[in-house]
Amino acid sequence: MSTAVTTVKPVMPAKHYLNDNYGIRSWLLTKDHKRIAVLYLVSITFFFFLGGIFAALIRLELLTPQGDLFQSDTYNKLFTMHGVNMIFFFLIPSVPAVLGNFILPIMLGAKDLAFPKINLMSWYIFIIAALFSLAALVSGGVDTGWTFYTPLSTGYVRTNVIVMAVGILIAGFSSIFTGLNFIVTVHRMRAPGMTWGRLPLFVWANYAASLIMILGTPVIAITLILVALERGFHIGIFDPKLGGDPVLFQHMFWFYSHPAVYIMILPGMGVISEVVTCFSRKRVFGYSFIAFSSVAIAVFGFVVWAHHMFVAGISQYSAMVFSLLSFAVAIPSAVKVFNWTATMYKGSVTLETPMLYALAFIGLFTIGGLTGLFLAALGMDVHIHDTYFVVAHFHYVMVGGMVTAYIGGLHFWWPKMTGRMYPEAPAKLAALITFIGFNLTFFPQFILGYLGMPRRYHSYPEEFQVLNVLSSAGASVLAVGFLLPLIYFLWSLKYGEVAGDNPWNATGLEWTTTSPPPTHNFHEVPVVTEEPYAYGEEEGSGVH
Amino acid sequence: MVKRRDLVSTNQTTTTEHHPALAHHFDNMEQQQGASTFGMWVFMLTEIMMFGGLFAAYLIYRLKYYDAFKAGSTSISVSWGFANTLVLIASSLTMALAVWAAQRGDRKKQVTFLILTMILGAVFLGVKAKEYKDKWEECHIPGHVIGKGFNTWGGCDVNNPKLGNIADEMRDPKEHGDPSIPEVSAIQTAKQTEIFFSFYFAMTGLHAFHMVIGLGLLTWLTLRARSGEFGPAYYTPVELGGLYWHFVDIVWIYLFPLLYLISRHQHHG
Amino acid sequence: MANQMQSHSSQAQDHSKSSEHAHPTLGLYFTIFGALIVGTCMTWAIAFVDLGAFNPVVALAIACIKATLVILYFMHVRYSDRMTMVTVAAGFFWLLILITLSLSDYLSRSLITVH
Repeated sequence: MSTAVTTVKPVMPAKHYLNDNYGIRSWLLTKDHKRIAVLYLVSITFFFFLGGIFAALIRLELLTPQGDLFQSDTYNKLFTMHGVNMIFFFLIPSVPAVLGNFILPIMLGAKDLAFPKINLMSWYIFIIAALFSLAALVSGGVDTGWTFYTPLSTGYVRTNVIVMAVGILIAGFSSIFTGLNFIVTVHRMRAPGMTWGRLPLFVWANYAASLIMILGTPVIAITLILVALERGFHIGIFDPKLGGDPVLFQHMFWFYSHPAVYIMILPGMGVISEVVTCFSRKRVFGYSFIAFSSVAIAVFGFVVWAHHMFVAGISQYSAMVFSLLSFAVAIPSAVKVFNWTATMYKGSVTLETPMLYALAFIGLFTIGGLTGLFLAALGMDVHIHDTYFVVAHFHYVMVGGMVTAYIGGLHFWWPKMTGRMYPEAPAKLAALITFIGFNLTFFPQFILGYLGMPRRYHSYPEEFQVLNVLSSAGASVLAVGFLLPLIYFLWSLKYGEVAGDNPWNATGLEWTTTSPPPTHNFHEVPVVTEEPYAYGEEEGSGVH
Repeated sequence: MVKRRDLVSTNQTTTTEHHPALAHHFDNMEQQQGASTFGMWVFMLTEIMMFGGLFAAYLIYRLKYYDAFKAGSTSISVSWGFANTLVLIASSLTMALAVWAAQRGDRKKQVTFLILTMILGAVFLGVKAKEYKDKWEECHIPGHVIGKGFNTWGGCDVNNPKLGNIADEMRDPKEHGDPSIPEVSAIQTAKQTEIFFSFYFAMTGLHAFHMVIGLGLLTWLTLRARSGEFGPAYYTPVELGGLYWHFVDIVWIYLFPLLYLISRHQHHG
Repeated sequence: MANQMQSHSSQAQDHSKSSEHAHPTLGLYFTIFGALIVGTCMTWAIAFVDLGAFNPVVALAIACIKATLVILYFMHVRYSDRMTMVTVAAGFFWLLILITLSLSDYLSRSLITVH
């Protein structure tokens, strides 16, 4: 229903997926993809703040050059737990398991994902994995770094590596089942008229990420099984003392973990595609290019992994090949950035909160991506590998990119998921605080890395202190920026303005149903007859 | 622009004939069957990559430590491996026949073939158990945690005649490494052979684990088949069970030559 | 509307032919079984013949043929739609990426020595 010219205030629908059934059993045994998305939302928010606490402790320690707050072993545990929780229990599920689970079937015009029970099982698997991880945490944590390099992790540390490794590999299966569900749903459950060329770019992005999930995650599963076996039974697969090869571990580990970063970023890019066109009120520029670049990133992402191993002892010849391929993988990402920018050109851009996050994403991801090219260059990598340059690079793409996109997406689809608007003014303020805090935290780290400060050390030479203090100050601002949405989102559940079906006047099937949607997503099954992103095509409402 | 309509215009079946196995989010049985089968294949992709990771690591070590791998391979029984391969292939046939029978709605044959498949699968696992026991007795279990350890690492007597080929390698270290330090090179060879056995147990163990799960799936399918659930209109679970079982067979088809047949011709007889 | 006629086509669904596809006959199943047994016996017998570096090549080649037979006939891929074949091929292709790129590191280490 068009809301552009009407003055009727929207009302919450009488029956929707949240009030369709009450009681804890209706939530814990639900097969509704929207409820499962909410379950994931709660779970990963917990891990985000848990990982954030570790980050806060790290930045606290790094305020002074001496390692005076924590022992070095404890500090090792801090950055390990920060990395593990953020990557495996927040970033990898984030957009797919929350926004993808909720929105993707509705975008396709389907009543649910292809395998609802497997979807629920995937959440339970995540929770079991989380319990293993928390068990490792409370039994003293793990101090190997999230990368578990051998033989440190298999033969030397005395922390609970096996429990943590098992937790991560179980979380991998959760990811695999989500990806499997998405792939089958996109292939088999599109509404009539929804051809591949009419899919929203969010769907393309999640589809590409799902391809990576199913092809890459099994390899880290088997790698972690071998790590656990080696540690438990003292066999020598990766331990040179026992005849093993530590570089082999790195090959197998990074074969997944590099494509994993694309699992994390691609769905975020999907969010940006949706937000940018909506708030430029303009059809997206180069739809096919953006769609195919998602798949290209997924495919190319699999042949660049050894750029994490340039100084680990791989052959020079191999390093050259991987360096070249790593340069190539930047191209599809650049295509997207150009196309988003071209979409905004001559569009009527408005700066609602989701758009603020999208703009931040484009700038910060570009910086992060370009600095990745510095690292891909062999000569430079020799100097900046394992320094704060790397840390800054991946935080720019993961936090400045992925987390920004996730929070922007939450804002964009919050009205659809809850039926309520978040308060716009505090939201814009939070976006600004986050942006300032983020840059203050991580930009100095590029300089620190270039100047030679190594990562994963709890003490550093005096000359690095000023930049470190700036970084820690930024971190405290960033923390505020992240806490604010938690507060006002919760507030909005009770006091937020009722959103109505389509508060943004956006195109897309999800905006044609009620906010929140009914349990079966649509009261009447839609038929798609037009190209996607038909903004500004007709005068007047521009939607239906 | 989205139009709303009351009916879904996908396939012909807009009648309300509703197979009891049709899930509510699917429009018709064909869509459900197609989605389920495709989903199973996607799952199989993940299994290919998981076993594949092990295979990749195995290949790298085989190139690095060829002699030790050769010695390890010749110390496992090729006859039992060969027999087991035949058993598993036969079970693949019976599984395919079970799907064939289910598609025809022949309840008796379905159940018979499913049970035959399970029996053959159990035979396979029994033979594997025997092979593992042999390795236990010959001190070929890698690591220092289970059993008597590996060769001289854990305390097994290198003069024990059951040790066979590996003892040969260790008594004759001149081919391996620095001949002037016989103990060092012998130890190196033993370590490398231990790695072979690590892969032997990891690969066959992961495979056996999948077979056990397969037996569980087959039991469940047999119970459902007995109650007459499957017929021409709906036999997808049997088909999917078949896909899983055949996949496990294919993994063994590769495992057999890779593990059992490294350079057998030099140790004929 | 003309659009609705278009949407009525099978564009909306990747039509699976797998539920309507032909199945192998009993005879074909047994033939394939026979071929698999023959292949296994050949693999076993050839292992005792000295072919030098070709022993593993031959063994794996026979294994690939056996696997292909199982995939095409026992797993009905021969009678399934193209998507299924693409999926199977993708799996083996990705495994090849892992194996070849990792191996290329190890095998090329002696090619270029850095002083």
